[in-house]
Amino acid sequence: MEPLNRRSFLRVSVAVGGGLMASLYVDPPAFARNGTQAPAKVYPPDAFVHIRPDGQIVITVNRAELGQGVGTSFPMMLADELDADWSQVVAELAPAGDVYKDPVYGFQNTGGSASIANSFQQYRELGARTRAMLIAAAADRWHVAPASCRAASSVVYGPDGQSVRYAELADEAARRPVPERVPLKQASEFRIMGKQVRRLDGRAKCDGSQKFGLDLDLPGMMIAVVAHPPVFGGRVKAVDDADARGMAGLHDVFEIPLIHGTAVAVVADRFWTAKQARDRLKIEWDLTGIERPESSELWARYQELAGNVGNVAVSRGDESAWDHIARGNRIVAEYRLPYLAHTPMEPLNATIRFDGDRAEAWVPTQIPGFDQAAIAEVLGLKAEDVTLHTEFSGGGFGLRQAFDSHVPREAATIAQRARGIPVKLMWTREDDVRGGYYRPMFLHRVEVGIGANGMPAAWRHIAVGQSYVIGSPFESFLVKNGVDFESIGGTVDTPYVIPNFRVSTHHPTINVPPCQWRSVGYSHNAFVMETLVDELATRAKADPIAYRLKLLNPDARRLRAALSLLDQRSEWRRRLPAGQAVGIACLQYQGTAVACAAAVAIENKRPRIHRVTVALHCGQPVNPLSIENQFQGGIVFGLTQLLPKGAITLKDGRVEQRNFDGFTPPYIGDCPANIEVHIVPSDEPPTGCGEPPVPVISPAVVNALARLTGKRYRTLPLVSL
Amino acid sequence: MPVTTYQLSVNGEQREVSVDPSTPLLWVLREELKMTGTKYGCGIGACGACTVHLGGHTARSCLVPVSLIGERSIVTIEGIGQDPVGRAVQDAWVDNDVVQCGYCQSGQIMSAVALLKATPKPTDVNIEQSMGGNLCRCGTYVRIRAAIKSAAWNL
Repeated sequence: MEPLNRRSFLRVSVAVGGGLMASLYVDPPAFARNGTQAPAKVYPPDAFVHIRPDGQIVITVNRAELGQGVGTSFPMMLADELDADWSQVVAELAPAGDVYKDPVYGFQNTGGSASIANSFQQYRELGARTRAMLIAAAADRWHVAPASCRAASSVVYGPDGQSVRYAELADEAARRPVPERVPLKQASEFRIMGKQVRRLDGRAKCDGSQKFGLDLDLPGMMIAVVAHPPVFGGRVKAVDDADARGMAGLHDVFEIPLIHGTAVAVVADRFWTAKQARDRLKIEWDLTGIERPESSELWARYQELAGNVGNVAVSRGDESAWDHIARGNRIVAEYRLPYLAHTPMEPLNATIRFDGDRAEAWVPTQIPGFDQAAIAEVLGLKAEDVTLHTEFSGGGFGLRQAFDSHVPREAATIAQRARGIPVKLMWTREDDVRGGYYRPMFLHRVEVGIGANGMPAAWRHIAVGQSYVIGSPFESFLVKNGVDFESIGGTVDTPYVIPNFRVSTHHPTINVPPCQWRSVGYSHNAFVMETLVDELATRAKADPIAYRLKLLNPDARRLRAALSLLDQRSEWRRRLPAGQAVGIACLQYQGTAVACAAAVAIENKRPRIHRVTVALHCGQPVNPLSIENQFQGGIVFGLTQLLPKGAITLKDGRVEQRNFDGFTPPYIGDCPANIEVHIVPSDEPPTGCGEPPVPVISPAVVNALARLTGKRYRTLPLVSL
Repeated sequence: MPVTTYQLSVNGEQREVSVDPSTPLLWVLREELKMTGTKYGCGIGACGACTVHLGGHTARSCLVPVSLIGERSIVTIEGIGQDPVGRAVQDAWVDNDVVQCGYCQSGQIMSAVALLKATPKPTDVNIEQSMGGNLCRCGTYVRIRAAIKSAAWNL
């Protein structure tokens, strides 16, 4: 990978007490703290904004549009500073290219809820620079000073009543030098940002015209499906394709290498032909020497590991504090949180045409540059000889960010043999559900000692689970002393004040590929932390919001504000209907604070969520409508592991689920009818909203269940109450 | 099986396709007719992304072999806007900013149109029943409810 050009991922500092305290937050860029300071790099406007003769303004978005709304919010940031006519703005996704790298991370990436935070200054400056160039061109025309001109809605106005449309100035403006420094608007001057702006792709996604990666159709294109090994890393021993041979439209059947093991590729002129041919193959697999994990055995192994302190991530205070806690004031809790699949609605796919000395690829991806490099490596090309188009994604949730680029590699291997013919590799839903790259299963063992004031006095925490960072290009940034800090985000950096606090980890190697899953470590850590803190509040007979406010670090400003707003906006929790109870949870992720109240009843032995209220603090809200969408959707996504079939399990090395009948995410009937979202007003630099809502709902619901049943549910999915 | 020729009525137009009779309607639409608005999500009728109207009723096009369609008319997301209810639902979806990734929304809209044609003023229970088989991984359900109600109001 490229070296991170300006900042590291990981800020590591020596914390009070001598422990290593690491924060996964990227340092807020210097430019984000000062609205007018130029970032180190001046991005060329012509790579990001194109003003067409008809007045249409095409804005290139250097991110994946996964549904999270960057295809609207990024143009909003640029168009506002450009003083563009919003009705003329359209968005397109950037291909793989150096200029489109994340200005903070240094590679093209959509993840970590970092898009808005890292590009807020970049896109605003692009708009402001373009505007300055247009004004300068107009001023030249009129022989007036640029400062005497102003712009509004894609028109420059001169001092003497002159006016000219941006479209007429575009060519002249493009020939002018790009200004180094440009003033940016004050928040009070925003005309587009901060408003409820509907999605630019809303109509196309309602009339069937929006094309996703899977919809791509090229002349002469073939379709490939792959028969993957039944156990990860398995190898093809023999293939009998007699039943498939001769099928009309079948093009080729051949063995391909995978990152781990081998597989059989089937290429045909149509998906249905390829799928049927694959079903007819008789493949003998070689599984010798391959670990065949079994869920029950993995839990036993993890439990054994949790019996000993692991690699220490943080240790502050007095390790012996626990010994002085009376038995009745100790909580010993073991949590089991399962493998989770992402199952984006659009299954994984990649289309590649290999022409010998170059290749063209179309991939719905969160990491175009990584995929481009991987495709080039497979095809023996240089990265610049692979043109990679970022296609619209039907969801992603971290799955399209697998840093080994296994799907594009698979497609490239097939395209190499099909030389000259574009091939679209399509994973079926079965390939997806059984294909690995899951949120890793985690076992947490936590010992909490309660002090005389009802607050935690000792906290000893052991987390056991695979690391997808170890062995990845990010290992050197995120792994210290054998601890994958991303895996314990939400625990190691807890905003609660816990004086004697130790967190350690074990990262076993298991033959199941793991992957980041929307909200990464927080998806399990927040569940553990927020259910335990809630238990402490209950024992202290304290209001769960008041208890959290008391336990929070005074510096946790955003989280305090979110909790206080939640308290105001969830008045309803004081007059709940009979049979309902409320559960509270909160967390801060990548700078965004979120607090949640869920009203829950038990109906048919299942939790029924009647109402959810969320309060959040994400700095300046760029598009409040999009933020509301992300929080409502994130809550639903976070419900996955509460559902009875919200888990991936293994038996004899084989994934037991096949499709949505086995791994079943929430349907409309599983979800609350209303999710109210309240945003703390702020003019601070914005932080992300894609992931923060996800981890908060499971603990909130389980905390409500504890009030209804007196039981603490520490194992997910919630199979039965 | 031998390739067979079928005459299909798709969004009011007669279309001829020559395919294996077992080919699901979904793949006929997507690969033969190049109408990609109807989506593949699971292939087992569990997610609803492939929902179309067949003879006026919702159908999971991934489960219906082309050989069983017969005379029944097919309406897809590309054609539903010609119908006043379809147009109202699409407009309500846009007004309520329902979509996120959008991949499941063709199917959601087709299910919602069928609901409103049968039940012009649906309750929450009606909505949960009629929309109950359409998965949305982005979790747009709250807005889907709101959009159905606003479309019902506008019709």
